[in-house]
Amino acid sequence: MRDLYPSGFDSFILPFMIGMTFVLCWCGIGAVRVIAELDREDRKKFFLSFLNPKILGKNIRDWFCDCLFHVKLWKRNKLLGYMHSSIAFGWFMIIVIGHIEVFIYTPERIHRMWYPIFFRYFVAVTESTMKGSFFFFLMDFFLLMILSGIILAMVKRVRSRLFGMRRTTRASLTDLIGLYALWSIFPLRLLAEGFTADISGGSFLTKSLNMVLHSFMSDSMNALPVWWAYSIALGVFMCILPFSRYMHIPAEILLIPLRNAGIKLKHEDKGVARAELYSCPSCGVCIDTCPLSAVPANSRDATVYLNRQLKRHNEKRIDQISEKCMLCGKCSVVCPVGVEGDKIRIAHRSRKKYSIAHDYSLIDEGKFIGNMTEKRRVLYFMGCMTALTPAIRKAVTAIMDKAGEDYTIMDGDGGICCGRPMLVAGRKDAAMEMIEKNTKIIKSSGASVLLVNCPICYKIFKENYSLEGIEILHHTEFIDRLVSEGRIAIDRSETKYVYHDPCELGRGCGIYDQPRNVVAAAGTLVEADVNGKESICCGGSIGSLSLGFDKRKALTENALKHLTCGSPDAIVTACPLCKTTFNRYSDRPVADIAEVTAERLI
Amino acid sequence: MMNIFGFRLSASSAIDMDKVDRTLFDKLCAEEPDARRCMSCGSCSATCPAGEFTGMSVRKVLHNLQRGKEREALKMVSSCMLCGKCNMVCPRGINTRHLILSVCRIYKTEESR
Ligand code: SF4
Ligand code: SF4
Ligand code: SF4
Ligand code: SF4
Ligand code: SF4
Repeated sequence: MRDLYPSGFDSFILPFMIGMTFVLCWCGIGAVRVIAELDREDRKKFFLSFLNPKILGKNIRDWFCDCLFHVKLWKRNKLLGYMHSSIAFGWFMIIVIGHIEVFIYTPERIHRMWYPIFFRYFVAVTESTMKGSFFFFLMDFFLLMILSGIILAMVKRVRSRLFGMRRTTRASLTDLIGLYALWSIFPLRLLAEGFTADISGGSFLTKSLNMVLHSFMSDSMNALPVWWAYSIALGVFMCILPFSRYMHIPAEILLIPLRNAGIKLKHEDKGVARAELYSCPSCGVCIDTCPLSAVPANSRDATVYLNRQLKRHNEKRIDQISEKCMLCGKCSVVCPVGVEGDKIRIAHRSRKKYSIAHDYSLIDEGKFIGNMTEKRRVLYFMGCMTALTPAIRKAVTAIMDKAGEDYTIMDGDGGICCGRPMLVAGRKDAAMEMIEKNTKIIKSSGASVLLVNCPICYKIFKENYSLEGIEILHHTEFIDRLVSEGRIAIDRSETKYVYHDPCELGRGCGIYDQPRNVVAAAGTLVEADVNGKESICCGGSIGSLSLGFDKRKALTENALKHLTCGSPDAIVTACPLCKTTFNRYSDRPVADIAEVTAERLI
Repeated sequence: MMNIFGFRLSASSAIDMDKVDRTLFDKLCAEEPDARRCMSCGSCSATCPAGEFTGMSVRKVLHNLQRGKEREALKMVSSCMLCGKCNMVCPRGINTRHLILSVCRIYKTEESR
């Protein structure tokens, strides 16, 4: 290869250079800002994480798998995965190979930022170069890959259902400008390189295009306007990038090490949350997945729109969206970049000011401590919701009686709430006080196992209580253990059961297998069409603050529809709240897993 | 003091509704239309876990606020644990938890005023 122009410069590169400089400055400042917003300890943790080879390895793997290959999208829908990864990976490879080419053929130009981008304009092919025609081939190959992705993207805009999506986001004006700029970059690149391929060399794509073009346009001066257009498209894209969904490209690069360093989201739009907001490409996966979207009007409250409102600082909408969410956590699980929709909402709730503070001075834990005079192995905490579903309590105690368990009930006659409903309402101080009171009771009981049957309680006991030396068990784990240890036996029946994963137990605490073991021991287990990690919230969640009773019916009916698609005889769940909620509208019996077990004890 | 004859006169518990300042209660009802739908059935009082310690009851809170007895109401409200039991049993489907949070936001205690 030899340089065509001694200056190595042409004014058409200016739009690209302006855009590039702008976007680099913007992202640099943004990254500094996010890191500055972390508190001291987190910042230290973040920097130290780069010295840890294990975390560093994970960062590199995630950068490749998430940013370039979009592995999570592949799992969701092959077409969607191909569309994203072909553009991201193809572009990445073109940039890398572009640099390699400059490095090999014109190493003295390597410090010119525009050279790898517009290489084909500045050089002419020589005899020796063709030995490197492998690179020419690669460049054309990856360009073709990107172009195929862009064609898919165009199809997706018209027919999103092909990509497994019912609802996609409405693009804002800046998104549209970015989109059209992105769509035009690569066809223009192809055209520009096609024009110059006879001079600069090319491969199957650019060379053939060159022949076509030259059959009716012989003047090679035609090339310059196209190179200008290519540069302008790049410049426009990069200038609009910070204000559009495409900000996710640089933002995700920062979010990945933040997450791998284990830094928690503490504020709704600062630090980690800011990195998450900007990493959201508005893919819209969270819209269809949200159980609220069973009512079409609610799809405006999906996480993608929360992100948008947070960027616009629209306090009123942020507040509405935050209060409505049921905190089922599904959007966080399916989000391809890891936006924690539920945590952002709790962070927002906790910023709210209440002029009436809590006062639990009259709620006397001493009364409960006084009730438990004898030391037992198992302390059974029913929780508030079980107080309203006494059948579950009866079943749990019947199972323990049968197994000959040594137990006592902590809140048989009234009790103190576990604190989770208050915690997720954002009033942490009040919740901490309840936690303190309950901790005193539990510790003074001398029990070595704390048994709970409410997943909401289970989660807070696991996460926010410090109960060293006391094993916390959900009753699904407890029953499963009793069965496998042979302390109880279940008489298997022909009944077909479907098991509903309660949000707080499945997504919340990762318990999926134990309840299934128990149900399978009692009858035939059928699965819902969406289950496990993607199970649909029953609609009764205490997570939502503003959703009224009448607004929940459609949500419950939608969850029931999915649950019963395998036509089970009965629905089994492991949460008193899910049971109550389903019972309202279900056309078949709904029972807690303890009831199913207790009924069939032998 | 008037116990000489075996009975006594206590201060009248009658409330002169004309003298009650209803601004805050009206504000609450504007934000929480549910507040006017309570039929005082008392289901919420029966289930409330805070009730046995502090007398907390959504029914009484609403009564007291309506009648200008804010001090009593707010004392009760501050002991709510937001557990949601009252919400589940309310036959009128009132979103009691949101109502309670709104009371905590709109009203102020004497000291903090
Ligand atoms: S929050 Fe996640 S799932 Fe929702 S649009 Fe953004 S990236 Fe997609
Ligand atoms: S946490 Fe659940 S209810 Fe809330 S936005 Fe996410 S998916 Fe929807
Ligand atoms: S989580 Fe729910 S059921 Fe469990 S104690 Fe708290 S309020 Fe009650
Ligand atoms: S939410 Fe408050 S008022 Fe209602 S039952 Fe629970 S503690 Fe009582
Ligand atoms: S349960 Fe509902 S209707 Fe009955 S008193 Fe309480 S708030 Fe009012």
